[in-house]
Amino acid sequence: MTIDMSVSAQKQNVNSIGLTRSDYRGAASTLCQGCGHNSIANQIIAAAYELSLSPEKVVKFSGIGCSSKSPTYFLTRSFAFNGLHGRMPSLALGACFGDISLKGLGVSGDGDTASIGLGQFKHMVRRNLPFVYIVENNGVYGLTKGQFSATAQQGLYLKKQGTNPYTPVDICMEALIANATFVARSFAGDPKQVKELIKAAFRHKGIAVLDIISPCVTFNNHEESVHSYAWGKDHEWPLHEVSFVPEKEEINIDDFEEGTVREVELHDGSLVLLRKLDRDYDPTDRWEGIKMLEEAHKNNWLVTGLIYVEPDAPTMFDHYCLPDKPLNRMTEQELRPAPDTIDQLNALMW
Amino acid sequence: MLSSSSVNEGIVRQEKTNDFCITFCTVNGSGSSTANTTLLRAIFKMGVPVSGKNIFPSNIQGLPTWYSIRVNKKGYIGRLEKDDIVVAMNPATLVKDIDYLVPGGVLIYPDDIEIEINRDDIVIYKMPVKKLTRTPEIPANLRSLIANMVYVGVVSELFGIELEKIYLALDYHFKHKKQAIDMNFNVVKNAANWAKQNIEKKDPYWIAPMDATKDYIMADGNTAAALGSIYGGVQFAAWYPITPASSLAESLNEYLPVLRKPDFEGENNYVVVQAEDELAAIGMAIGAGWAGLRSMTSTSGPGLSLMAEYLGLGYFAEVPVVVWDVQRVGPSTGLPTRTSQGDITFANFISHGDTQYVILIPGSVHECFEFGWKAFDIAERLQTPVIVLSDLDLGMNQWMTPKFKYPDKPMDRGKILWENDLEDILNRYNGEWGRYLDIDGDGIPYRTVPGNVHPRSAYFARGTGHDEYARYNEDQDVWERNMNRIGKKFETAKQYLPLPVIENRSGSSIGIIGFGSSDPAIEEARDILAAEGIQSDYLRIRAIPFIDEIGEFIARHDKNFVVEGNRDGQMKQLLTLQYPGLACKLNQVSHTDGLAISAEWIVRQILSREIISDDD
Repeated sequence: MTIDMSVSAQKQNVNSIGLTRSDYRGAASTLCQGCGHNSIANQIIAAAYELSLSPEKVVKFSGIGCSSKSPTYFLTRSFAFNGLHGRMPSLALGACFGDISLKGLGVSGDGDTASIGLGQFKHMVRRNLPFVYIVENNGVYGLTKGQFSATAQQGLYLKKQGTNPYTPVDICMEALIANATFVARSFAGDPKQVKELIKAAFRHKGIAVLDIISPCVTFNNHEESVHSYAWGKDHEWPLHEVSFVPEKEEINIDDFEEGTVREVELHDGSLVLLRKLDRDYDPTDRWEGIKMLEEAHKNNWLVTGLIYVEPDAPTMFDHYCLPDKPLNRMTEQELRPAPDTIDQLNALMW
Repeated sequence: MLSSSSVNEGIVRQEKTNDFCITFCTVNGSGSSTANTTLLRAIFKMGVPVSGKNIFPSNIQGLPTWYSIRVNKKGYIGRLEKDDIVVAMNPATLVKDIDYLVPGGVLIYPDDIEIEINRDDIVIYKMPVKKLTRTPEIPANLRSLIANMVYVGVVSELFGIELEKIYLALDYHFKHKKQAIDMNFNVVKNAANWAKQNIEKKDPYWIAPMDATKDYIMADGNTAAALGSIYGGVQFAAWYPITPASSLAESLNEYLPVLRKPDFEGENNYVVVQAEDELAAIGMAIGAGWAGLRSMTSTSGPGLSLMAEYLGLGYFAEVPVVVWDVQRVGPSTGLPTRTSQGDITFANFISHGDTQYVILIPGSVHECFEFGWKAFDIAERLQTPVIVLSDLDLGMNQWMTPKFKYPDKPMDRGKILWENDLEDILNRYNGEWGRYLDIDGDGIPYRTVPGNVHPRSAYFARGTGHDEYARYNEDQDVWERNMNRIGKKFETAKQYLPLPVIENRSGSSIGIIGFGSSDPAIEEARDILAAEGIQSDYLRIRAIPFIDEIGEFIARHDKNFVVEGNRDGQMKQLLTLQYPGLACKLNQVSHTDGLAISAEWIVRQILSREIISDDD
């Protein structure tokens, strides 16, 4: 019976809220052919469709740069605000309080997050705003035609720029140090992993940081670059195989070898299944995450997967004791103190 | 006489009742503000018009600070340049403090300060401060704090402030905490008693009860702004600490829980966030405003500079938000604890490209309250940032002000569309609706906000070029059409803004144009000028863009003096741009020394210009 349902659903090409995949699409991309960002946009569409998210319940945000143009290319039926360079987090934070039943989704780049926006990024993380924060990380400024970004590796040579003398900012490390409650890294050349991590990020209760290495085919795709397709394919070291399982779906544990799968239960009851590959890794241990990132850095590995998750940490919304009714639907009666208060107020003054 | 020295016998001592200025010279962090506001409040409770101004350093403890109380039976509450009475508690500044005394004035200081007084035209009283505070009921660690209560007692006794009113003021200050009240009040009582027995009064100054403060309260502009914002339904405030604006946001935190009692226990319908900096504070406020919340931030000059880029986005993406700028002296870090009207042109032109802002300028504490709620109506009606320019003098000092009035208009949420409203619009206009489409011809489009689940409601807000349907667009015609349409909103704006206050006098020969906290000084200056035979008309600007009445006022007078607290005559610059044909009728009367403008200075300026023009 279950199988029949899913087959018929597939035939109609609608998800559980009756929307087709095209209901999640956006405008045609104006980014370069082969840009990693396009692949990520497609996985956002796939993840939102498969999760049966209502597009009206998602609000998109971005800063400035190639990555920040991409929210146009998915979820046209969602509200969006393309703000200022590096200052998407503050814009999003304010907007998310308008109606806390909505899910905020931000797309940023390495210039946007690791250079001008490092402060706002870390403060959003430390406040644990419920928010999906995707960094499309290519190590280069594309829109201004190929300058180094703060995530470019030390020693990288770029035409016109010469050699980068500085050490890179590791976005996942910054997120961990700022006490992020969900930190993942992926690679645009690994679409399945990208999609599963986006799904889990959507369902995470607090801030979910996804640092996705997304090659710039025009300015930073030569083989020695750690942000290239070739390097990523050669050096990717997945921590585990990630699959996301919605809360109501039954898992058949027989599909997996005993002891090879670790379940992480998210706040809403959904599960992230992490199938062990060649090492044991505990994504609920922050210290292990920090050690692992340091090790990966020393050994030139592109470690991908769910690096850290803390499913139940209180969020920024929790600190404000907000009602179920969205703040932006409050009426004058609820917002303006009654007329009789003015005399009491004047009496409170001297 | 034990503690008073003699005064030059040649001085005629006429009684001066309810008309003088007393300045307390103390050390920052010594607890003097409790003493000073106690005296201020007690005088107010005696029904006597009074005002207080604090001149303080950018420092926590140790640098000199001054507090001036002006008592005036006619109700003038502007700053005076000279002191009638100086209470000199700070040995480091005593010599200079004495210079500010008028002939025949009074110097009061602790008897343990050893100093040669080089004036023989003043009355001097010494107080045994140490002796009066070294009593067993005062813990040693509180003695230096409580020392200021000695001058409260001595001043009360000498000039006739009722101790019962002092007690009420202490009760208010210490929030009815009996132990603190009694410890302070006992020192006051003992000091008053000592003064009664040991000082022979030789000065002419008296405070006598009146009935002139009945319809007034005492409050500061920052508290009033916060309270007004609460009556305006503020739902989101983001801020970053900065002098002199911090107490505005702190007042939101203090009064929101009291005034905004939600239906459901423990749930709040407001959010106040202390941001990581002003870049983030304005970003948060604009995000919240975009999402349909009544949203604000409060800052001062340096913070406003940081907000420039986001305000440009707010202007161009058409987001309602209210920004309070409590002005201090710039440029740069400037004089962080002194007052100024120096952000006028910056606020007007803030951010790159062609931008405009609605600017509101309250001239009193109760106008801070009024503009607090009105600013939200205007911002949402026009879908644009509204900048309210207060200043340190207005924001941080205690002013006697008419009681706050409940808003006389229902909230105006502007052209916001929820699901049914959008459906109506779509039905009415054949399915045509665009976020930036000017349906009504007033430049103001209709907006939806996140959470509206109508499938046609969503749009993509951005700071890049966009068409009427909020789609990315670089076409030159579309760009210009959009910019011109936004410009039109600022014509529409004029009907929603507070009108200028115009006071004409018959036989007037000159016009005075002012704005903001200089209002009491200008009113007083007009009376002094009238006594000199110069009648004046007065226009107080309360909002920008300017309305036609302002141009008409300028045109009516051959000479208009634009009084302002900045070096460059910033308001005069804006008026000159708006009315180039009237530029020769505008005269710049501006200065910036960090102190509030005084009536005496205005009079000197106008008289000197009038004399020059008579010679021409």
